[in-house]
Amino acid sequence: MSPYYFCFTSGFARKCALGYLVFFVLFGVQINLISAAPGEQDLARGEYLTRVGNCLGCHTAKGGVPFAGGRRLSTAFGTFMTPNITPDKETGIGHWTEEDFWLAMHEGKSRDGRMLYPAFPYTEFTKVSRADVKSIFQYLQSIAAVSQVNPAHEIPFPYNSKPLLFGWRKLFFKQGIYEADPTQSEEWNRGAYLVQGLGHCDACHTARNEVGAKKDAAVGGGQMMGANWYAPSLYSRKEASVTDWSLEAIIELLSSGVSKHANVSGPMATVVQQSLQYWSPQDIRAMAVYLKSLPDKTTQENVRYPEMPESAKRYLAQGEKIYEKYCQDCHGEVGQGVPGIYPALANNRGVTLPVPLNLIRAVLNGGYPPTTHLNPQPYGMPPFQQLLRDDEIAQVSSYIRNAWGNRAGLVTIVDVDQGRGGNH
Amino acid sequence: MKLFILIILFFFALNVIAEGSSRSIVPDTMTERVRACTICHQDGDHDQARSTYYPRIAGKLEGYLFNQLRHFRDGRRYHQPMALLLENMSDDYLQAIARHFSQLNVPYPSPESIDLKSNEIQLVEKLIRLGDPQRNIPACSACHGDTLMGNTPYIPGLLGLPSAYLTAQLSGWRSGSLIRGQVTNCMSEIAKQLSYDEIIAISRWLATQAVEGEAQKVLSPDLIKRCQSIFLEGVAQE
Ligand code: HEC
Ligand code: HEC
Ligand code: HEC
Ligand code: HEC
Ligand code: HEC
Repeated sequence: MSPYYFCFTSGFARKCALGYLVFFVLFGVQINLISAAPGEQDLARGEYLTRVGNCLGCHTAKGGVPFAGGRRLSTAFGTFMTPNITPDKETGIGHWTEEDFWLAMHEGKSRDGRMLYPAFPYTEFTKVSRADVKSIFQYLQSIAAVSQVNPAHEIPFPYNSKPLLFGWRKLFFKQGIYEADPTQSEEWNRGAYLVQGLGHCDACHTARNEVGAKKDAAVGGGQMMGANWYAPSLYSRKEASVTDWSLEAIIELLSSGVSKHANVSGPMATVVQQSLQYWSPQDIRAMAVYLKSLPDKTTQENVRYPEMPESAKRYLAQGEKIYEKYCQDCHGEVGQGVPGIYPALANNRGVTLPVPLNLIRAVLNGGYPPTTHLNPQPYGMPPFQQLLRDDEIAQVSSYIRNAWGNRAGLVTIVDVDQGRGGNH
Repeated sequence: MKLFILIILFFFALNVIAEGSSRSIVPDTMTERVRACTICHQDGDHDQARSTYYPRIAGKLEGYLFNQLRHFRDGRRYHQPMALLLENMSDDYLQAIARHFSQLNVPYPSPESIDLKSNEIQLVEKLIRLGDPQRNIPACSACHGDTLMGNTPYIPGLLGLPSAYLTAQLSGWRSGSLIRGQVTNCMSEIAKQLSYDEIIAISRWLATQAVEGEAQKVLSPDLIKRCQSIFLEGVAQE
């Protein structure tokens, strides 16, 4: 959260003064009352904030020119094409004023008044302070203008209809900057501001209903729109809650991509590579403090699994053979893994999630954790789709979900088939 | 203050030792890091090399490999399993992986045995050694080296590859398909000039050649100019 905002809305005068001091030392920000062109420091801050919001990740085509748009975002409602946000006057946002930009980020409206689709996470960016939005704008106006016209969105009826979007916004879009919780520490508030706002974690970590609206409270889990991945709930110990973790472990996972508890993969690996690895130590820590404080909202009591029938035991025994032949070498005899290199499969939530999608994707496609400053040369998991049949993948997946103290539902060939495809 | 630093150093050292011991089980090598690749690219496993579509990558030129890895990652060359593996990798890591494979010295498989008609052989040898000036095709060997073992740093060798793979590459360029048709460069322009019959004959001929010799290190200025896009692309990243 920006200290400007915080100080104007909270009563903590002393903390505030301290906050300012820290802020000045960290960013060396100068207040220019008769503010003219942004200085280098402002631009550096704006650049940093675009990293935090990962504007680059969405507004750059694969292998394309930074910020010139053209990345395809597939969703259940069609394919969105990100626009050019370089300061080119014809094809970018060169003729935008700061007010236009504020309305886009805060209200989800384009310069011509068109309502924007929530594939642009303004549903989260609305929480960002005016000062931060201004910094981002100044930075984006300072980069090289690139002339690039991008293809139009491919959104079929009815999702392309204005009234539907209008109705959707009425029901589900809550406009307004982040309001600090005075009962919490400054650090916690900074974390909440980042997670709910620029960091737009909710954009994925929330179940969505048929019209793409978030189903329940912030940061619950859900299958990601379009991408064939399940984004686990940050509110459930059985999924992605980090309530029981040490701050250090949370920080390690989110800044390096690996930790002794887990690895990030798929879309989350992209988030770490494109954005989180660049967050300042203070911001990463603030986020960790906030995430750790999120309550466990698991409603379901511990599921009691009945004694396995013989047929299921035989099925798992098949899986065990496959595990010994292809997996044990890396993941260990008892699924213990090697910390920071090969993730443990025993007692790993990613393996026992009720929805087995991510696990199946791991076995079909393999993967590498992201390359980050802290882990520049990660070790990888081979794909097995070219080596194992679907029934074998179902068996080995079922086995690792029910070995070494793990307990979760069996995986079927149908599940494996559903794990194929998708753009990630 | 000194004491403080000492204490910090001490903890640091402890940490390193602890890390070292857990890591020692897993070799801290590139070979271990690229096991996700070698599950398919088992260069040196000659049964696999002959029976599958997987191209050999061991011993290929580093610059060439690096360019290809970026193409796969950024969607300019299409093979989904590789795109997914490379998705979240930095250029630095791709370079390290390219260097690793380029330094491997693994024996080549023996040539495929395919019967070629004598007119096919003639046709191919002419294209390889002389090219076809009328269609603006230089001799393949002018770029790929007299030995056809490549030309440092960006032009790959053509020997020791499965014929099915070679056909797919040349046809991919010719038809502009997703596999390899998304990049325009000196090679895609040449492939567009070839007929499908020529492509098949060349691919079969190349796969039947014994692998011998080293990569060349000189390319004439006009051919450098012709392949400018590749040279610029490579340099930009160094
Ligand atoms: C998850 C992907 C995603 C991220 C992250 C993202 N954007 Fe966008 N953005 C989009 C999409 C998609 C649109 C197009 C929406 C539409 O046309 O209705 C868009 C539209 C915009 C627009 C409106 C452009 C116009 O011509 O109307 C602006 C401005 C913008 N984004 C700026 C940003 C900034 C600044 C950031 C970082 C703080 C950012 N975006 C992060 C996906 C993203
Ligand atoms: C583009 C979608 C997306 C965004 C944005 C996103 N996540 Fe995730 N996240 C996922 C998916 C999918 C997974 C499951 C895969 C995995 O375990 O890595 C995940 C997993 C996680 C995990 C659990 C890791 C584990 O294995 O235990 C945490 C913690 C997490 N995300 C935190 C965050 C935070 C904090 C943010 C915002 C800064 C965020 N995510 C933004 C998609 C996303
Ligand atoms: C060469 C070593 C290696 C082998 C062999 C291997 N894995 Fe992995 N595995 C990894 C690595 C590295 C990761 C982390 C990948 C990532 O972060 O994207 C991983 C991740 C996983 C995950 C995801 C865990 C999580 O936290 O989300 C599962 C599940 C998994 N492996 C199962 C298997 C199974 C089943 C086999 C055998 C069919 C196997 N692995 C073989 C190295 C290996
Ligand atoms: C599922 C099997 C598979 C895996 C795993 C795999 N590859 Fe490939 N690779 C292929 C195939 C098939 C091709 C040929 C693609 C085509 O049609 O162009 C290829 C092509 C290549 C090429 C281009 C070779 C040339 O001569 O142009 C390089 C380089 C390469 N792979 C490197 C890698 C690296 C590095 C990894 C690990 C990160 C990897 N591959 C993992 C199957 C695989
Ligand atoms: C003007 C220089 C030039 C000439 C002449 C040339 N090539 Fe190439 N060739 C290249 C370059 C450069 C590449 C690498 C392209 C890339 O990086 O995508 C290449 C790549 C190839 C590949 C792909 C190899 C692999 O491992 O995937 C094949 C096959 C090939 N050339 C065949 C031929 C044949 C057959 C001829 C003669 C008809 C020929 N080339 C003539 C420059 C040339």
